This record gives sequence, structure tokens and C-alpha cells, in this order.
Amino acid sequence: MTGQTMNRIDQRFAELKSQGRRALIPFITAGDPGPEHTLGFMHALVEAGADIIELGVPFSDPMADGPVIQKACERALKRGVRLSHLFEIVQEFRQSDTTTPVVLMGYLNPMERIGLEAFADQAAAAGIDGVLTVDMPPEEAEELGPLLKSRGLASIFLVAPTTSEERAATICAHGEGYLYYVSLKGVTGSAILNATDVADHLAPLRRMTDLPLCVGFGIRDGASAAEVGKVADGVIVGSALVSRIAANADTPEAIPAELKAVLGEMRQALDALSA
Amino acid sequence: MATCEVSFVSKFSDLTRLPDARGHFGPYGGRFVSETLSFALDELEKTYLSLRDDPAFLAEFDYDLAHYVGRPSPLYHAERWSKQLGGAQIWLKREDLNHTGAHKVNNTIGQALLAKKSGKPRVIAETGAGQHGVATATVAARLGLECDVYMGAEDVQRQKLNVYRMRLLGANVISVESGTRTLKDAMNEALRDWVTNVDNTFYIIGTVAGPHPYPMLVRDFNAVVGREARRQSFEEFGALPDALIACVGGGSNAMGLFYPFVEDDGVVMYGVEAGGDGVETGRHAAPLSSGAPRGVLHGNRTYLMSDEGGQVSDTHSVSAGLDYPGVGPEHALWKDVGRVNYVAANDNEVLEAFRELTHVEGIMPALESAHALAYAKKLAPTLRPDQHIVVNLSGRGDKDIMTVANLDGIEF
Repeated sequence: MTGQTMNRIDQRFAELKSQGRRALIPFITAGDPGPEHTLGFMHALVEAGADIIELGVPFSDPMADGPVIQKACERALKRGVRLSHLFEIVQEFRQSDTTTPVVLMGYLNPMERIGLEAFADQAAAAGIDGVLTVDMPPEEAEELGPLLKSRGLASIFLVAPTTSEERAATICAHGEGYLYYVSLKGVTGSAILNATDVADHLAPLRRMTDLPLCVGFGIRDGASAAEVGKVADGVIVGSALVSRIAANADTPEAIPAELKAVLGEMRQALDALSA
Repeated sequence: MATCEVSFVSKFSDLTRLPDARGHFGPYGGRFVSETLSFALDELEKTYLSLRDDPAFLAEFDYDLAHYVGRPSPLYHAERWSKQLGGAQIWLKREDLNHTGAHKVNNTIGQALLAKKSGKPRVIAETGAGQHGVATATVAARLGLECDVYMGAEDVQRQKLNVYRMRLLGANVISVESGTRTLKDAMNEALRDWVTNVDNTFYIIGTVAGPHPYPMLVRDFNAVVGREARRQSFEEFGALPDALIACVGGGSNAMGLFYPFVEDDGVVMYGVEAGGDGVETGRHAAPLSSGAPRGVLHGNRTYLMSDEGGQVSDTHSVSAGLDYPGVGPEHALWKDVGRVNYVAANDNEVLEAFRELTHVEGIMPALESAHALAYAKKLAPTLRPDQHIVVNLSGRGDKDIMTVANLDGIEF
């Protein structure tokens, strides 16, 4: 369950709930196509209606990601982007935006390499609100979990279509911020999701937890966002945005408008649900 | 040199009781995977634990090893080479004589039996040198299973013969263009396939790495190598060997040889990593002997070559099968407790050993196995002629003829 301190994520979901709205959560890989662009992209996402931003930590071996995000990692790594850059970017973001929650999403090795305690310290100091470590299920989070919690950062976990009810209960007990339900068996950017199937899987989770249930993988436009928005508390969109960054990597000045177009359509579709 | 200076009895016997219930070998191992795979790994673990002591399952495994693989493999006295080196007697555990030409088949036979029990119609595998891919394609052909093998594009180039062998066996070989285009990238792609097709697909991992329970079950299936070598040592020279030597990439052949000797304090063990151009040059694949930091990759915590930002490092080795930045988690623990000495052999030492064994004994070793031979060349002269070294000749060298020919400037 959520920690005693009200962090930005909890606050944001409380606001959304009172307004009867769904959370719109964009994901972009930090430092793609270069670290100097990420801050501008984050502001553009907020202007287009982002409620929370997930920032991907570039990794050399992104095993859970499809080709779109793999290539985004490669572009960022070619520019030498590492965790210290992410902390700087978020710190700068916080100069002008103190309310939009920022969640780091990535793989464990870069965090381990700088030391889990140092990671937690620097993430908290930068103004990050939550951490989703793709390759760290709750059973392996014994060390990182408490380090994040004591600094007011949420540990966010995945639930998959293959997760048993018994495991789901464990994940709900450890999860904070929101639950990230992976809509399909596959990597990021995979086939189009099945909204009925998602609804069937969210129902038992509702009975287990008060955490907001957000759905990612396979959401690519307003229509799919609205489908999911009918049953979930939030939708997460990654590859659909990152593919716009990829298509415009040589003209980065065009990217903010592209991101706003994709996200804006989803925002409208989601808000139409609560109207 | 031949015996341990310090007695570790209590500690070493503890090593046989690992991993713990959650797949940890001390601080290493575990199950670091995205949530979608947790269910499949739980299922695999349950299946394996229910069968590992089941007499009928073990009988089926033993039968296949005897009649399909051709076990036991001989323990061959390399008498002429021993004499030439002028020290200890060198004995070669002839895994190169197995069906498909390497130790890899011990594990694929075992995992194929598990796949059969699971009822899944499709298997996938990652491969570096192609030996594990060939061994997987072989058991898939025998059981009538669909088989896709992921192989880094660079390895597809340098191991063309094995690529064609796999295709002849009916497997589909998928060339992986991402990342460094070697073994680690093949494993990434296999994991992506598995997460997508987990309902109908059994993933046959080829080494003692990956998420729990793979390091444990790959070890158990390969331990037949060490059990035989232990018995054969008593038969051939009436004692335990003074030293064991095996190459280490992920570490499955070394684990297979070493594990049944782990409590025999007097048996000194050497795991030989790929030194590439030399550990000091940074162009190598030797996480243990180069002092790489701890890290997490492919589902387990281990020693892992990575840069200061935690990005996994490029590796370099003349042998595709050892070209991997990590190592099995049980080896990481054995390094920490001092049970095994991990050393490295450079590409040029390896090629010299390859040629020497071929010339002197008429046995052409795989370049991977030639790492172990390169270290035997150094160790043997420091021991007495009445001492015995067992070297795991983990695979045969036919697949490497093109590589060696290219280095000699010969084109076919």
C-alpha cells in the first residue's frame, strides 16, 4: 500500500479520482535522440495533458522491450547518456514543474552499478517520485524497496496476464504508487491489446488492492486509450511516442509538436469518457 | 600446488546444498525477470523438482545418455602430450566424442524430457558457437518439436558450418542484428520470444546462467560429466585427480565437471576464461579473472562486465562460445569462497594449444576447450609425473576449422 507520506503520485491520483478522470502516462526514453532534448519533451508532454511522466533509463540489453525502444536506447547510449544525466534532467524539470510526478523505468544493472543506496539518494534529491525496475519482481526487491520507501519514493511493480492470483496478492502488498498491468504477453510495442481480456484481468486486482490500476503495452491511439480507459485508472503509452521521436531524430525541433499530437488525441479520448 | 593449503571442509560441503529455495547462490543467482515470465519459471521449477529424484525420469535420462549420446565418454590419457610437457599426467574427459560433438547435449537431453512433460510443441534456444543450437535442434528433431534458434549475426558469420547443421536438422536459425550481435544479444532475443510465446514454447537455456531454476537444472544435467570422471579416475589411476581444468564462458561444462568434486578438498580446480587479446587490454570475455563488478543480466545476479554507467561491455574472444560478459551465478560464489581458481587464457595461447593437441595427440579440440588445454600446458610442468590433471575436452574442433584457416590466411 501507499506510504505514509503523500508523494506526488498519490496526490495526482487523488486529484484525478475527485475529478473522475483517467491518468494519461507517457513514456519516453531519456536522452533520445540526445540528452539536450529530453527536458523540452517533458514539458511538451505535460502541455499535451500528461498526468505522470515515465522516463526510460537507457540500457544496453533491454530484454523486455521491442525494437522501437531498443533503438531508442541505442540512440541515447550512442550519446553517452547515463543515470547521472537523468538526475540532472529531472532536477531541471523540477525548477519549473513541481507537481507532475516523474517515474524512472529501467533495468536493474545501471542502478546496481552506482550502488542502490546512492541511486535512491540521487533519485530522491533530483525530485523523482517512483521507480519501476522491469527485471526486479517484488521477491528480489528486498534491498531496493526499503531504500526507496524511506526516501518517499514509490516502488512500482508490473502485473502480467500470466500472473497467478497468489503472486498478484504479493505484488499488491509490495506495490506503491500504481500497479502497471502489462496488457499482453510480449515486449513493448507489440500487437494491439484486447480490451475485454484486460477487463477480465483487472477485476480480481480491484478486489485485492486500492492502488490505481494503469495499463500499458499496445496502446497506440485515442481509440485504444479510450477502450482501456473504460476499465483502468490510467493508460501508459510508450512505443507510439518513441516511434515519433525515431521518425524525427534528425529534426528534433519538430518532435515536441509530434508528441503533443499523439498525446493530445489520447487526452481528448480519455476525457470524453468522464464527460 | 596439488593440495589446498587451507581446509575449507565445512564451507565446501555447504556448497552442495545450493541454491536456496529462491534460487540464490549466496548473493548471486535469483530470478530477475519481467513479470510475464514469473509464471513459466514457477511452473518449470515445480516440474523439475517433482522429477529430479524420480527413478523413472532418471532412468529415461540415463537411457538416452547411454544409447543416444553414447555415454560414458572416455577418460583418455594424453600420454605423449604429458611426456612432452614434462610434469603431471594429463587426462582428457572426451565430451567431444558425444553425439553432436560437445557436452551441450547432456543438458538438451534433460531439458527436452522436461519439454515433453510440459506438452509444449515448440522449443527455442540461444547459441554462441552453435554447439548448444545444434544440440537443441537435434533433440527437437528427435521429438518432432518446432525449433527456433537465436544466434548473433557475428556468430552466424564465424560459425557457418553449425548454422547449416542446424538448418539440416530442421531448425530455423534467426540471425540477431541488435547490440553487439553475439551470444548475449541472442539471449536477449530468445527471452523476448519466450515472453511473447510463453504459452506454447519451452526455452532450452544452454548454460548455467539465466533465471532460477535454469542454473540449477543445467548444472544437474551436466553433472554426469564429473560423476563419470570421478569414477574413471579411480579406475584409471586409483585416486582422485590432483587438479581439474575446464573452460568457462557461461560455465556449464566446468560446472558439470567440477560439481561432483566440490567436497573433495584435495582436488584443486581451475576455470579458464577467455582472455581474448589479454585481460590487461580490456578486450576479453573474462569477468571473473578480470575483477568485473557484480551485476544483473539475463535473470541472475553475478559478476558482469559493465562500464561505470552499468551498460554491459562488449566482449572479445576468438571462440564464439565463450564470448559472453557474464558467468553462471554458482561460479561467482565459488570464486568468492575460493573453491575454484579462475584464470584466463589469451587467444594466441589458445590457438597454440589447439595446434599442439591436434599434432601431438591427433585430437582436434574446440577453441573453447582449447582454453582449458592452454592452462593445462602451464600447470602440468609445475606438478610431478605421479600427479594427475583431468581436463574437460568439452567439444570437438571441426566447427572451428574455418576460423583457424582464416587466421592462417587460407580461404576455401
